[in-house]
Amino acid sequence: MIRALLSDDLPRSRVLTLVLLGIVLCLALAPFLFPGVRTVDTAARICIFIVLVASYDLLIGFTGIVSFAHTMFFGFGAYGVAFGLIHLDRSFWAMGLGAAGGALTAACVAIVIGLFSLRVRAIFFAMITLAVASAVAVLFSQLSSITGGEDGLTFKLPRVLGPAFKFGTETLDGRLFGVRLNGKLLAYYLVFFSAVLLFLGLLRLVNSPFGRVLKAIRENEFRAEAIGYPVIQYRVAASCISAITAACAGALYAIWLRYVGPETTLSMEIMINVLLMVVIGGMGTLYGAIVGAAVFVLAQNYLRNLMGAAATLMQDIPILPQFLSADRWLLWLGVLFVLSVYFFPSGVVGRLRRS
Amino acid sequence: MTAAPEPTPTIVRPTSSEQIAPYTPLALVVLLICVGYLAIGIPSSWLTLTLSGLAMGMMYFIMATGLTLVFGLMDVINFGHGAFISLGAFVGVTVLLELGVFSESPTLWLNIAAVLLSIAAAMAVCSIAGWGFERLVVRPVYGSHLNQILVTMGGLIIAEQLIIVFWGPEEIYFTRPEMLKGSADLFGATIEKFRLLVVSLGLGMFAMMRWILRQTKIGLIVRAGVEDREMVMALGYRLRLVFIGVFIAGSALAGFGGAIWGMYQEVITAHMGNQAMVLVFIVVIIGGLGSVEGCFLGALMVGLMQNYVGFLAPKFALLSNIGLMVAILIWRPMGMIPVVKAK
Repeated sequence: MIRALLSDDLPRSRVLTLVLLGIVLCLALAPFLFPGVRTVDTAARICIFIVLVASYDLLIGFTGIVSFAHTMFFGFGAYGVAFGLIHLDRSFWAMGLGAAGGALTAACVAIVIGLFSLRVRAIFFAMITLAVASAVAVLFSQLSSITGGEDGLTFKLPRVLGPAFKFGTETLDGRLFGVRLNGKLLAYYLVFFSAVLLFLGLLRLVNSPFGRVLKAIRENEFRAEAIGYPVIQYRVAASCISAITAACAGALYAIWLRYVGPETTLSMEIMINVLLMVVIGGMGTLYGAIVGAAVFVLAQNYLRNLMGAAATLMQDIPILPQFLSADRWLLWLGVLFVLSVYFFPSGVVGRLRRS
Repeated sequence: MTAAPEPTPTIVRPTSSEQIAPYTPLALVVLLICVGYLAIGIPSSWLTLTLSGLAMGMMYFIMATGLTLVFGLMDVINFGHGAFISLGAFVGVTVLLELGVFSESPTLWLNIAAVLLSIAAAMAVCSIAGWGFERLVVRPVYGSHLNQILVTMGGLIIAEQLIIVFWGPEEIYFTRPEMLKGSADLFGATIEKFRLLVVSLGLGMFAMMRWILRQTKIGLIVRAGVEDREMVMALGYRLRLVFIGVFIAGSALAGFGGAIWGMYQEVITAHMGNQAMVLVFIVVIIGGLGSVEGCFLGALMVGLMQNYVGFLAPKFALLSNIGLMVAILIWRPMGMIPVVKAK
């Protein structure tokens, strides 16, 4: 059963299995284990970023092409949900339609970009996606009549997913293990189970014959072509699937935040975060996405406090506190990133699997 | 015994379209200027926009040329190039502010000297940084594009954060030297004086690069290396050393471009380099990776397009350049002047 769910791609390392089980269990029971607005919010972010990073891993780790437009697709999904809920009505139907519209747009754009750039050289893809993504981000922040500009859009979810909706009041007195049963809890589990579903879908994909061809292309493009696989079509298809999954993750993000804006969904900063997560977790493993996203989001939320404390400790030494101040955490992650590309390109997961 | 048949050589002239082909990129720039004139309709604003478009194009050229040569020579793509643009801007502006006496004086020559000195400082610092960057970041990942993109991106993050450590996170506002402020009247069009300086600096730089690449031995080796790396190495040239030189020169040029870009905008941030990289990549792609002339023409087109569309429909300025890139890639998939053979 588990073997079938994981598409016969088990973690293959005792430590890794324990780590993954720990993370997944914590996420599954987050509202009960760590009740509190901030912790549940962190858990939901981890779920969403796991999907986003896994879909990015499909590109970078399995197909061997680097895209900088992944947050653009993420944003398409998020804005799709927002448009659906604002312009149609406050229903699940509108929400789903919006997400589907976002995913469809993402797929079309991914195909067009892929056909333009992958036709020539894979390296063009990185540069062209960077340019297109910046242009789209600028466009979204300037077309304020449609997208709300820099301020973004806030919208209302279907009533069932809002905190005002309560259930189980008669049978359970509205509480389960001391946690209030309301729409927010439902929203969390919607995010969690959608994330699980998407992740398992990706796992199935990379362990299918299609995934095998992608790996062959990554290892030796010329040879794959010679065996008779149309390299460009496979690469375009991979970038298209990855874009659709990213759009789904974006839709979940919009549902969780009940807000979309260029800063939270389209910015280059998120792209760099995703890049860091995929490399730290481990490229080409997919499980790396779980470890990478969990470590990174936790570090983002809690490492700053730690560094701030260290900076106050070092106050008397010149310059050093500058390097350790809480705002410089990206500097250290950058160093970690470069070192991990050099010394363990397969990331945490690859390391654990080998030992 | 029969006599051998008389050789009948046939001389095939290149068709007229083949003769024109090398000049089409240049013609495209001229065409763009003409289309701009028709679309705008007001001669004075057209002249202003064209000149500022050329000035911007020159800056993009200076920033992009190092990137294109480094790629052509060693197949290394440097996503951290933007860090040198930012660094150049910060060093240049710091020196310019230090030279307050020069830049506040009402003499034009002292002002220009202040600008040139700060550019020289920016180039010096960036070439040292470029050497370090090549040594520490780029060297271990030759041959693998994927790792190059990742590592140079990491280098960019680190460099941006280091700039923030040394100069602080706030944007720095400043004013240009006295005599370079404001604008001059030319045929009824208002033209900022600084843009004239930028255009002349850019043209000078282009002429110098052309001279180095076409007339000197080192230029010959660089051009041959872009064409066929292995052959040049087989002939006994240590292309690695040449490459390090080109990388350092490219970084210095990025610093040059960054310094004038900063002075042009009168505000600098640590992220400005990465923002400029978007257009730099477009320039490099439409010019054709590895080609300096293509880079020059591509930069002019991007600069002009940015200004014309920015005047007509401000929201679509960046998008129009993406459109330009797509159109050129449909026409010539390897860029306007393809040099590097598809590897």
